Amino acid sequence: MNTGIGAGNKAGSAAVEPAPCLEARNLTLHYSRNQRALNEIRLTIPRQRVTALIGPSGCGKTSLLRCFNRLNDLVDDCVITGRIKLEGKNIYSPKIDVTELRRRVGMVFQKPNPFPKSIYENVAFGLRIRGINSRRQLDEIVQESLTAAALWDEVKDRLHKSALELSGGQQQRLVIARTLAVEPEVLLLDESASVLDPISTLKIEELITELKKNYTIVIVTHNLQQAARVSDYTAFMYMGNMVEFDSTARIFTNPVKRQTEDYITGRYG
Amino acid sequence: MKRGLAIWFRSGAPWIWLNAGAVAVCLAMVIGLLLLLGVRGLGHFWPKPVLQASYAAMDPPLTVVGEIANTETVDAAQLRFFAAGLPLAGATIERQLLKLGNRDITGNDFAWVLPEFFIEVNYPEQLVTLERREWGNFYGYLTGILQDGASAAPRGTEADAAGALWSELHRRLDRARQLRQEIEQIERTIIADINFGMERLRLQERRLQLAGGDSPENSRQIDRQREMLDTQYAEIRLRLLELNRQIQRDSAIFRIADGSTAEIPVADIVRAYRPNAMNWFEAMGVYLARLLEFLTEDPRESNTEGGLLPAIYGTAMMVLLMSVIVTPLGVLAAVYLSEYAPRGWLTRIIRISVNNLAGVPSIVYGMFGLGFFIYLAGGEIDRLFFAESLPAPTFGTPGLLWASLTLALLTLPVVIVATEEGLANIPATLREGSLALGATKFETLWQVILPLARPSMLTGLILAVARAAGEVAPLMLVGVVKLAPSLPLDTEFPYLHLEQQFMHLGYYVFDLAMQSPNVEAAMPQAFATAFLLVAVVTGLNLSAVILRGRLRERYRAMDTGSWS
Repeated sequence: MNTGIGAGNKAGSAAVEPAPCLEARNLTLHYSRNQRALNEIRLTIPRQRVTALIGPSGCGKTSLLRCFNRLNDLVDDCVITGRIKLEGKNIYSPKIDVTELRRRVGMVFQKPNPFPKSIYENVAFGLRIRGINSRRQLDEIVQESLTAAALWDEVKDRLHKSALELSGGQQQRLVIARTLAVEPEVLLLDESASVLDPISTLKIEELITELKKNYTIVIVTHNLQQAARVSDYTAFMYMGNMVEFDSTARIFTNPVKRQTEDYITGRYG
Repeated sequence: MKRGLAIWFRSGAPWIWLNAGAVAVCLAMVIGLLLLLGVRGLGHFWPKPVLQASYAAMDPPLTVVGEIANTETVDAAQLRFFAAGLPLAGATIERQLLKLGNRDITGNDFAWVLPEFFIEVNYPEQLVTLERREWGNFYGYLTGILQDGASAAPRGTEADAAGALWSELHRRLDRARQLRQEIEQIERTIIADINFGMERLRLQERRLQLAGGDSPENSRQIDRQREMLDTQYAEIRLRLLELNRQIQRDSAIFRIADGSTAEIPVADIVRAYRPNAMNWFEAMGVYLARLLEFLTEDPRESNTEGGLLPAIYGTAMMVLLMSVIVTPLGVLAAVYLSEYAPRGWLTRIIRISVNNLAGVPSIVYGMFGLGFFIYLAGGEIDRLFFAESLPAPTFGTPGLLWASLTLALLTLPVVIVATEEGLANIPATLREGSLALGATKFETLWQVILPLARPSMLTGLILAVARAAGEVAPLMLVGVVKLAPSLPLDTEFPYLHLEQQFMHLGYYVFDLAMQSPNVEAAMPQAFATAFLLVAVVTGLNLSAVILRGRLRERYRAMDTGSWS
């Protein structure tokens, strides 16, 4: 089934090239004056597909991901040059509303980070800060989001219990539900399935496959099998450079660059 | 041998012994402190047996009656110097401090005695201990009861005459107690109201004079009101006189140690018991009654007896007021410092200064409070709002508000540091999670960060309260007094009297231990107060520790959540 996705997509991409959703152009990022974390990145992320960012530790995958929702703004001394376009609009333009951008580009982190509130309030959080307070509306969206995150059946009887009582895998799906509740266009998953047990990982992977019908998904992963299983496109990064970007099938079977092949076959990383 | 020692050193064992030793010393000091205060403070309320003996060191032997207050061992040579005539053997000699009581009759209520000169020590069951409103304890044998100067002893058979007399005394004590309650009720409410009304009229008059509005019409009206209050006072004064006459009706006759008799007005007696005749339960009853009195009554005899309710009350009011001031100030400052202030040298200097403020000697804060709050701010407030009562200052004098403000300043660093620590401890992923959902920094702070930091704010506040409750030095300059005539919170408008001076547990201890006219009598009370103070502060610190533990547990739940 997993290889089927890659193969099917390969055929599809030959026929109709999917429209770009996020485009990075000449994106360079310094954390301090002389340390360059990202170097002239050029990347186009197709709409409603899963794109995986792979590469050895410290290659800049996560830095790049955090550029897409401008979470790097929080880091002191972080300097970004170049452009990222979301649906054709530069997200680093001074005119952009960062909170609105972050709503449109949702992010799920490596470790589950539910707020120390109830399950219900976790999902409703993003809605409440957008001013949605009608009980009916909240109930509806909370149920929809939890269902979309494949968590509803497990928690529907304890919505008002603390989210911290859930297992790690459930917490991670709760965070996904929380992100889906504010109706994003893009989902960024930062190694979101890497610290979970195999069954939870499987559930999240199935969820990703399900979600890509409606969302553009970018995942960062250390797990090459995972990248191969769930993604349509894969970008290989090394030392802050974008080495190769292509359909997942091609990256894993017939990479162009020597570095990519070395990494895929386990010669370093 | 040398090798063995070297191995022992390398193994780290001496280091561990050193560590353990340090802990043991700390523990011994803390337990010693609590034990000393506990035993001397709480033991004070237990009714002690009263001994009667002939003291042969005097010629002729003197009959003494009293309770043993203290025992110590002294150098015999020293004693020989003072008491040359006595046959003293040995290098050291034990001596006892005997509480003789009866200060009004004999002049001194404490005496050091040498127990080896006691002959015929016994504990007569009929010996009575009186706790009195004035002159301290009294010890003697009840021999009769007078009503309006005439004997009112109950008639009974010879056998139970003493018992009948004893119960008659208690009946009359109850009557006197009720009368006293009535008198105090009148003084506290009606007389206080009249005084308050008088003062208000005086200020009103003065205000009118200052504003130039003292027309004959106005002053006539004020005079009329004053007259009304005067009549009211005259009536109530008559009632009080009558009650006072009634309460003075009874007195009790006692035979004291030297064989003479003494007449004690029943109204002066707080409590009467026969310590040598009591069983354990009766003694416990007296103990609890005295403990209750200690916690709920006003002090007597320049604070050496009675209760310390005003001091507890004053301490609580001051600490409460301080908390109300310091919490918002400290939390807001901490939030700015840790969330909004740009990370630069200026912020670093501010943070270091705040930390250093915690180390400034508290008396310096006292001086600041006196100079800035009282003289400058208080003086200005008086000039602007209380001109009618000048030259008597209202706020330009030490008082509750200024003491609370001074202590708020003193404890501000504690709250800031604790809150900042709490904010820094909140996992960055929560902050990012909230921001990634499109929340602004303010929303993140308000909805996610601050609720989580609440326990650490509370910890800071409790530490501040514990520090403030135990502080004495600055308070002496900004509002604490030995004896405050009234409580800072009462039923007179505006209910909370911020300008009033107040009493405080810490200062109470200092006053009892260092400035009391009768040190021996004051010591037990000082220990009991110190114990209460330590108990309060320890309780507060303990709750801070528990809170912190809860906080940590909360984070642990969050951390392990992702791994399970």
